[in-house]
Amino acid sequence: MMSVIEALPVQKPSAWKQRLQQLLAFAGLLVIFVAFSIARPTLFPTYSNITNILFSAVVIGCLAMGATLVIVSAGIDLSCGTGMALSAVMAATFMVTWGLPVWLGIILTLLFGAFLGCVNGIAVTVLGLPPFIATLATMMICQGLALVVSNVHPIYFDSGKQGSYLWLSTGTIIPGFPNAIFVLLLAAAVAYIVFNKTILGRYDVSIGSNQEATALSGINVKKWLVIIYATAGVFTALGGIMISARLGSAQPATGSGYEMQAIAATVIGGTSLAGGKGSIIGTLIGALIISVINNGLQIIMLPQQWQNVVLGAVIVVVVFIDQLRNKQAKAR
Amino acid sequence: MEYDPTLLLQVEDAHKSFPGVKALSGMRLDLRKGEVLGLVGENGAGKSTLMKLLTGIYTQEEGSFWLNGEPLRVRTPREAEERGLSIIHQELNLVPHLSVAENIWLGRESLAGKVFTKPGTQIRRTQELLDTLELDLDPRSLVTNLTVAKQQMVEIAKALSFDARVLIMDEPTSALNEAEVAQLHTLIRRFITPETGVVYITHRMPELKLITDRITVIRDGSYISTTNTAETTLDEVISGMVGRAIDTSARPVNVRDDREPILSVTNLTTKSLLRDVCFDLYQGEILGFAGLMGAGRTETARAIIGADPIVSGQIIVRGRPVVIHSPAQAARLGIGYLSEDRKRYGLMLNLDLTHNVVISSVQDKFSRSVFESRRPMRAAAQDATDLLKIKTPSVSQLVKYLSGGNQQKTIIARWLVKDCDILIFDEPTRGIDVGAKEEIYQLLNQLASEGKSIIMISSELPEVLRMAHRIVVMNDGQVTGTLRADEATQESIMQLATMRAEEKGQ
Repeated sequence: MMSVIEALPVQKPSAWKQRLQQLLAFAGLLVIFVAFSIARPTLFPTYSNITNILFSAVVIGCLAMGATLVIVSAGIDLSCGTGMALSAVMAATFMVTWGLPVWLGIILTLLFGAFLGCVNGIAVTVLGLPPFIATLATMMICQGLALVVSNVHPIYFDSGKQGSYLWLSTGTIIPGFPNAIFVLLLAAAVAYIVFNKTILGRYDVSIGSNQEATALSGINVKKWLVIIYATAGVFTALGGIMISARLGSAQPATGSGYEMQAIAATVIGGTSLAGGKGSIIGTLIGALIISVINNGLQIIMLPQQWQNVVLGAVIVVVVFIDQLRNKQAKAR
Repeated sequence: MEYDPTLLLQVEDAHKSFPGVKALSGMRLDLRKGEVLGLVGENGAGKSTLMKLLTGIYTQEEGSFWLNGEPLRVRTPREAEERGLSIIHQELNLVPHLSVAENIWLGRESLAGKVFTKPGTQIRRTQELLDTLELDLDPRSLVTNLTVAKQQMVEIAKALSFDARVLIMDEPTSALNEAEVAQLHTLIRRFITPETGVVYITHRMPELKLITDRITVIRDGSYISTTNTAETTLDEVISGMVGRAIDTSARPVNVRDDREPILSVTNLTTKSLLRDVCFDLYQGEILGFAGLMGAGRTETARAIIGADPIVSGQIIVRGRPVVIHSPAQAARLGIGYLSEDRKRYGLMLNLDLTHNVVISSVQDKFSRSVFESRRPMRAAAQDATDLLKIKTPSVSQLVKYLSGGNQQKTIIARWLVKDCDILIFDEPTRGIDVGAKEEIYQLLNQLASEGKSIIMISSELPEVLRMAHRIVVMNDGQVTGTLRADEATQESIMQLATMRAEEKGQ
């Protein structure tokens, strides 16, 4: 008789299994895209509309990269939507109000995002607040501060002085392809490397899998959690830069609701809300899916009030299918 | 096979397969009326598969199952309970934030009408139940506030509230101290009547002699033997389980007096429990920590590694006084802690073996600036796997699929890769089967002979006596004595372990 140990199947977090999941998500993206294209062949699959989709995917994608890092640690960041709006207002303040050069304004904005993330991280680790509560509070603080700093008015960029800032989103290095696409790919590449190739990514997964065991293994969990939230904050700020560069202005009253889209993109991409498991490529696909659905529903003239209903239903279906597959894998 | 009317529970020729694994083949089990039947076998021998077949968690495929003369074919554990067959799992299935009474009657509440509960009636019923069992429990106390032993009694009371005739207990004593084990055994004897029976699954061999009437041994999914307890020896039982002879009379090895202290602890005091704990750990020795549950042994370990804050006390490592604020700092000083609760405090179960081995040393050994070096990581994990003989198909195996002994070795590997030379083992063999225990013992002896200094906290006295060069005995947060291996006996340890408590009682 076989010994039981030898007969156990090899249970790897196997590369092909993760790839299959991404492949399925990608296939889902294509199906949705084709479906909308068939429904509105003249309006949906056009150059200008696809560009629109990508502009929106950049913003959701940047936030979702940060959200993925936080969610893998078994945390959550509800502040990334309004944090994005506050970052946009700060970028405008640095460049328009203070007149700083664009490159300095961008660096300061990214640092400001890191600072926002640090605040979240410190609230979670030093103060010991549950991430949901801590970031709910900072979500409201960011929302308020965006209005305070901007004095409740949008701040407009000058297409001359801040021309290179607007170029970041709408300019074209390669003719026909707005730079926003490359920013998204760059952000995803950075997130991928951070998550898969650095010790930050390893500690992130480890903390999400078992925080207490990670601490007892001699890892300074609090320090690394602050770094994880800070890194997420940088992605939030990048989202703020991209949305304001696209609009040509910082809109202090926007942002709320984006955190849910970012979380949805992350979950659709196969990242577990329980922590310890995640995929950056999955998140990128998730962000594209959400953007395509958002856009497609507008194009087929579904009333605004119904769009969120559909999006919510999509999340239920996707996550349900994912859990079903995991259960089957477990049941053996 | 024929049904035998003197039997309470009878299983004949049971087979069960999972894809790729034959879990049971030709399994049998006879439980007579009025007896306690010990069921032993290594982890993976098929004990829990058999139990899950009996209680309807798995569906029966082949074989005959009878309960009290009637064919037993149930689909859910609740159905089994209603037939008078209750199982108490190793991991307790209680709802922590409900009271004793609410847990016992969960799903069967005393109701007024259809919706409203009648807490008064329920508490009275619970009190009656507890009285008949002579259990000292308050029906109103929340389960989360009870000790593990008390929680177990709640489980037993719950099982008996179904008028159970057959009680299956899966390692009921793995988290209990000696006094609590005795209490549990009293309870079992009270339960046994000419019409009832108990199947008692355990890894603690000496208990078989204390409580069982007969012992059934299984191995690799097959039935091996059933013998009268009075007519067999534990060595025989163990060799039946592992398929080879194991020496249970082994004694500590490499005991020497001429060693240098590597860790000295003086007057360690914490807010909650510890008071003036003092001891020295010498290089290359195994220092046993004995005591009853709650004596402060785990707390001492956690205070030393900086997991819990200390109020006062001095720690000297390799001749240098140190203040340790965190496990991270302890690890840098070469102190590694292996928790008694591996799944909660030791392992990242959903991650692979490599991750679990290298996690402590990623930053100092397996990275250039912030970037990891994957290949050396896997190589280190592979080396450790070979060195410690961790049974795994590959270093990419998720740790949750390893057996208890191999999980424990994975954590040992973690600290060896980190180059820790002071290792604190908290209950290193809890939940590990006999054959793997032996391997862990040999590993500890080997580590000590290589110059590692080991603190071994254990609630199993035979284990302490066979392994430890010296034994620190604690009670009520204090050290009540330190014994040399040659002067220690079960009696002398128990005397020290209970000393202060008795004095206080007077």
